[in-house]
Amino acid sequence: MAEVTWGLTTSHVPSIGAAMDRDRTEDPYWKPLFDGYRPAREWMAEHTPDVIILIYNDHANAIPLAIVPTFAVGTAARFQVADEVWGTRPVTDVIGHPALAAHLVESLVDDEFDITVAHQLEVDHGLTVPLSVYCPTPGDAWPAPVIPIVVNVIQYPQPTAARCYALGKALGRAIRSYPEHLKVAVFGTGGMSHQLAGERAGLINEEFDRMFLAKIQDDPQSLADLSREEYVREAGSEGIEMIMWLIMRGAMDDEITRIAETYHVPASNTAAALALFENRA
Amino acid sequence: MTKPEIPGTYLFGIEDSRQGFALNSFCASLTSVDDRKRFLDDEAAYLGRYELTAEQRQAVLDRDWVTMLDLGGSIFYVYKLAMVDGKSMQYLGGVFTGMTTEEFQAALEAGGRHFG
Repeated sequence: MAEVTWGLTTSHVPSIGAAMDRDRTEDPYWKPLFDGYRPAREWMAEHTPDVIILIYNDHANAIPLAIVPTFAVGTAARFQVADEVWGTRPVTDVIGHPALAAHLVESLVDDEFDITVAHQLEVDHGLTVPLSVYCPTPGDAWPAPVIPIVVNVIQYPQPTAARCYALGKALGRAIRSYPEHLKVAVFGTGGMSHQLAGERAGLINEEFDRMFLAKIQDDPQSLADLSREEYVREAGSEGIEMIMWLIMRGAMDDEITRIAETYHVPASNTAAALALFENRA
Repeated sequence: MTKPEIPGTYLFGIEDSRQGFALNSFCASLTSVDDRKRFLDDEAAYLGRYELTAEQRQAVLDRDWVTMLDLGGSIFYVYKLAMVDGKSMQYLGGVFTGMTTEEFQAALEAGGRHFG
């Protein structure tokens, strides 16, 4: 059967991708963040999964205004990289895993998560930046196929944190019920605190972020208990992206081991973090 | 369920999307390289393709970013127009907070802005 072997949470700020694409990771502005990534990257390079399930949100690039799914699973064999006005990131297209994706959809729907099926999906920085954080020099292909799970976090009402955590648990059951033996890595992306618009633009809440980074490992239920309003108030209107980390967390065991962590302010308008967990006590 | 009101914060919701649908659709079209060129060639004519209100149309032509958001613009869509102009999210952050881009960037580099 398939199993979750490790989980990564990481911010997906577009400028983090641009810093890599433009070879600026040694600039004084970016060096602390990329130095912080190093231990996690070294560990992940030695633990290549068979499949990555990557939970992210689209930023008005592929999900149309007309129909906004709360949760969608990408079932395609290949996902093209989106043009986000600044151009298409110079990274290779993402290869999917249609068989596992179809299984996930069926298992999740049977588990009463009535998710949307994305047969075609362009992927934006929300998906490609975490892949680059994981693997900065993939060459012609990413290290593993990727199944995107897209979450609406940019239109109210977003799913609750509790629902995200419950979806993660259902995702874990779905993975474990796949008959083929596959090592699966789950990425929960977005965050940490940030707000792009309004008079509170530029908001950073390090205290909330540090609390979240600690509890995502050992007390995720308390994070699932926070309301949508508490996320927006404490972490900013875009900081609510952190609910996507709870989907990753739910897919993992109750007891997990922290391999690496880093936190840095700022990456553009955002507090950027990474935390890497192995799925064992 | 009512959408929470959080001071100094836009929470883009269903009613906002209905109000801003044409405005956000226009912004979304800018992800096409051909449409970017058509817009820059003749902004007023290009905007005629979309059923913007007079206020929305004027806000776009004036690059009145706050008014665009007040009239149903989503930051993720409106930002596409800013990018066409070569403006950054830090520039917009300065506009929203009454700072220059440099002041806004400095505030972030000093650890960000803090609220109660």
